[in-house]
Amino acid sequence: MVNVRIFVTYKQSVFDPQGETITEAVHALGHKEVKNVKVGKFFDVEIDQTVKKVEESVKEISEQLLVNFNLETYRYEVMEEA
Amino acid sequence: MKFAVIVFPGSNCDIDLYEALHTVCHADVQYVSHKEKTLAGFDAVMIPGGFSYGDYLRCGAIARFANIMPAIIEFANAGKPVFGTCNGFQILTEAGLLPGALKQNNSLKFVCKTVALEVNNKTMFTAKYQDHEIINLPIAHADGSYYADEEVLNELEENNQIAFRYAKENPNGSLHNIAGITNERGNVLGMMPHPERAVEALLGNEDGLRLFKSILLGSQVTGEMR
Repeated sequence: MVNVRIFVTYKQSVFDPQGETITEAVHALGHKEVKNVKVGKFFDVEIDQTVKKVEESVKEISEQLLVNFNLETYRYEVMEEA
Repeated sequence: MKFAVIVFPGSNCDIDLYEALHTVCHADVQYVSHKEKTLAGFDAVMIPGGFSYGDYLRCGAIARFANIMPAIIEFANAGKPVFGTCNGFQILTEAGLLPGALKQNNSLKFVCKTVALEVNNKTMFTAKYQDHEIINLPIAHADGSYYADEEVLNELEENNQIAFRYAKENPNGSLHNIAGITNERGNVLGMMPHPERAVEALLGNEDGLRLFKSILLGSQVTGEMR
């Protein structure tokens, strides 16, 4: 089994209202060094790599379900091989 | 003309749609469960608002996998009228029947109020309105900010696919003030406002009624052409 973390975030061109609001809150805490916060989500997925290649599984579930390409983009990391 | 009102787990405007068609328009209408696999015998499909599948993953994303969805896609591709309001609009974009996507309102708030809309009457869903007429309809959503890339927005403008635009204020940050769009062929309409909640003067507003009358008119015109 392989544990994969898939990160889904808005494309650069898409306004992220939560990120902007959180950035303002961070500034209110006094952290003027923080210039920008973006919000995204991640999915922890356990994959049996003996069935098909992990990168193929990730690509297919991301493109067909986890990501809406009108708004979002994704990347992933292999966390650990169990 | 027989209408199907699709009922998903979490739909909550299905009765409003049913009553608008049945009680107010005296149309033939029937609920169709998401479990069904066919739309045989129906002439128009109505997808209600609500929170189908709890809005899990993204609003409308899971409804795409319901048993009834292949039949709805086939129905739309056959050129028959398909209408989605609110969550129905989100489902139609997620299913690929309409371009673009609905994202969280810029204000991050659930907005529930009546808003002014400008109507484009060159669609089969709006023929009973005056072109550029300003009407008022209720909205009630947290994820109604329409987004599409520049190329898609230009196509929507050029093909006259923008059926409704927010006229006075933009309540959610939708690009080009978009409140409702059709597909390129013009037989699928999705909109965030709720015309089914504005069909009786007694209840304060009947600006939504002509949308349903337009669909009924369309069937008469088609009938005469045959």
